[in-house]
Amino acid sequence: MRRPSPVMITALVFVAGFVICSLQFPNFASTRVVANLLTDNAFLGVVAIGMTFVIISGGIDLSVGSVIGFSTVFVALTTEKLGLPPLLAFAILLVLCAAFGAAMGAVIHVFDMPPFIVTLAGMFLARGISFLMSTESTPITAPLYSAVSDFGIALPGGGRLTAIALIMLAVVAFGSILLHFTRFGTNVYAMGGNRTATALMGVEIGSMTVRIYMLSSVLAGLAGIVFSFYTAAGYSLSAVGVELDTIAAVVIGGTLLSGGQGTAIGTFIGVLIQGLIQTYINFDGTLSSWWTKIATGVLLFAFIALQQGMVRLAGRSRAIRAGGVT
Amino acid sequence: MALALPRRGLAQIAALIVILLIDRMVSPQFFDLRLQDGRLFGSLIDVLNRGAPVALLALGMVLVIATRGIDLSVGAVMAISGAIAASLADSHAWPVAVAAALGAGLLCGLWNGFLVAILGIQPIVATLILMVAGRGIAQLITEGRIVTFTSPDIIWFGTGSLLGMPAPVVIVVGMLIVTGLVVRGSALGLLIEAAGGNARASELSGVGIRTMVVSVYVWCSLCAALAGIIAAADIMGADANNAGLWLELDAILAVVIGGTSLFGGRFSLVLAVCGALIIQAMNTGILLSGYPPEFNLVVKAAVVLVVLLLQSPRLSDLVANYRKARA
Repeated sequence: MRRPSPVMITALVFVAGFVICSLQFPNFASTRVVANLLTDNAFLGVVAIGMTFVIISGGIDLSVGSVIGFSTVFVALTTEKLGLPPLLAFAILLVLCAAFGAAMGAVIHVFDMPPFIVTLAGMFLARGISFLMSTESTPITAPLYSAVSDFGIALPGGGRLTAIALIMLAVVAFGSILLHFTRFGTNVYAMGGNRTATALMGVEIGSMTVRIYMLSSVLAGLAGIVFSFYTAAGYSLSAVGVELDTIAAVVIGGTLLSGGQGTAIGTFIGVLIQGLIQTYINFDGTLSSWWTKIATGVLLFAFIALQQGMVRLAGRSRAIRAGGVT
Repeated sequence: MALALPRRGLAQIAALIVILLIDRMVSPQFFDLRLQDGRLFGSLIDVLNRGAPVALLALGMVLVIATRGIDLSVGAVMAISGAIAASLADSHAWPVAVAAALGAGLLCGLWNGFLVAILGIQPIVATLILMVAGRGIAQLITEGRIVTFTSPDIIWFGTGSLLGMPAPVVIVVGMLIVTGLVVRGSALGLLIEAAGGNARASELSGVGIRTMVVSVYVWCSLCAALAGIIAAADIMGADANNAGLWLELDAILAVVIGGTSLFGGRFSLVLAVCGALIIQAMNTGILLSGYPPEFNLVVKAAVVLVVLLLQSPRLSDLVANYRKARA
C-alpha cells in the first residue's frame, strides 16, 4: 500500500527545480526565498493536508476554497463588528467548519451520493453565505494580528520563519502522524483501496466518511484563519479557485486520485513545487503570471500520466479502461 | 422519444413552470412580450437569451455525463474560443474567426477525449488539467488584456436576431435539433447510454467505445467553444479571466436537474436544456425580486441538494422501508 516511490519523484522534481532556479538567479538559494516560499503558501499547505485525507479515502472536496473565503469573512466580522476576542472567534469558526464538514460527510454516506456533487453544493453554500455576510473587504485590526505578523524566527541569511509558516509545518507534521501512525490513517488508506472490503473487515465506513470530511473542513477553516493572518482582512471573494490548486498540489505530491495511495509529506512538497513556479516567474520578471497556470497544468499532466503508467504496471489497467470512472 | 418525454420530464417541466409563475408574482410584467425592430423583447425572452450559454454547455455535457464521464474544462474552453474569436474578429472575415474558435474547441475536445478514452485517466482528473491550464492559454492568446472588437458579424452571435428571436436562442435551438437528430435519429444515443451503464459489457458486445467517447468529448468542447463565441460577442470582448468562470458547474447542475444520473446511462437532451432554463429562471427571479444576487449561490446549493436527494436510490429505499414498516 505505502510505496514511497511517487514521493521520491516529487522530491526530485522540487530539488531539480530549485537547482535550476539557483543556477539562473544567483540570489535564489537563500533562506529568505525558502522562508517566503513557506509563508506565501502556508494556507495552501494547511488545506492541502486535509484534501490529502479526502483523496486517499477515494473522495474529493470541492468546498475548501469557499470555506476559506467564509472563514476570513467570519473572523473579520466577529472580531471587528461584534468585538469578540480573535481566539474565541477562531474557536467558534472551527466548530462551525467541523459541523459543515460532518454534514457533507453524512449526506455523502447516508444518501450514497457522489462526493463531487455534494461538496459542489457545499461550495455554493459556503460562498453564498459569505457573500450574504459581507461583500466588502473588511480589514482586521485586532492586536493579535499585528503580534502574529511581527512574530518570526530569524534564520541565518536573512530569512524569517513566520508564525503562519510554523502553523503550516505543524499541520504537516500532525497530518503525517495521523495518516501514517494511527488506526484512523490506516482506515483512510483501506477505504480508498477497497470500500466494500474495508466495510466487511468491520470499519465503520459512515463514521469514517463523516470524520474525514470534518477534518478537511476544519483544516480549511484553519487555512482561512492563516489566510486572514496573511492578508489581515476578510473578503468573501478570497481563495476563489483554491480547491483546484489544492487538488493539483495533492496530485503532484504523488497521491493517487482514485484513492488508496499517497503521503502527507508528498502533498507538502507538491505545494512547494507550485510555490516554486510562482517564485520563478516573480524572479524572472519578463514572464507573465498566466504561465503559472500553464506550468501547473503541464506538471499535473506529467504526474497523472506517471501514475497511470505505474497503475498499468501494477496490472490494474483492465478495470479502469474505456472511460469508466472508478 | 416524443412519447417518452412527458412522463420522464414531468417534474422538470412542472418545476420550470412553477419558477416562472413565482417570477410572474414577483414581477407583474414578467410574461409581457413586445415586438421591437423585428425582435421580441421581454423577461421571458431574456431568460432564454441569458440561459443560452449554459444551455449549450449542458447540451454537450449531458452526452459526456451519459458515458459516465464529466468535463470540467468547458469554462476554460469558452475562455479560449472567446479569446481566439475576439483577437481575429477585426482582422479577418467572420467565418475565419468562428472557424478558428471552433477549431480550438475541437482540439481541446480531442485532448480530453485522448486522455479519457486512450490513456484511461478518470474524467474528473483528465479534464481538470485543461481546466487549470486552459485559462492560462486563453490569457496567453489575449496577452493578459481584455481584447475588444467591433466586427458586427461576430457581435451578431451575441446580440443579433433571427426570425424575431435573439441569435443565442436560435443557435441553441439549432444545436439541440442537430444533436437530437444525430443522437436519437440513429442508434448512437442508445450506444452512449449502454457505454455509461456498463462500459465493459458494451465493449464486449462490439461497441467501439474509444471512438465514441472521444467524439462525445469533442462534441462537448465544440458546444463550449460556441458558447464562448456567444459570451464574447455579448460583451464585444474577451475576458480570459472571467469568461465562462464557474459555468462548468452550472452546466453539470443543469444536466443533473434534467434527470441524467452522474453515474451515466439514460439521458435527455431536451431536459438538460430545460435544466439550464430552470437555473436561469431562478437567477432572473432573484434579480427581479430585488434580493441581492448573492442569494443566488445559496438557492443553487439548496436546489442541488434537493434534486440529488430526489435522485438518490438510498432515499427511495428508506421511504419504501418506512412505508412497509407502517403497513
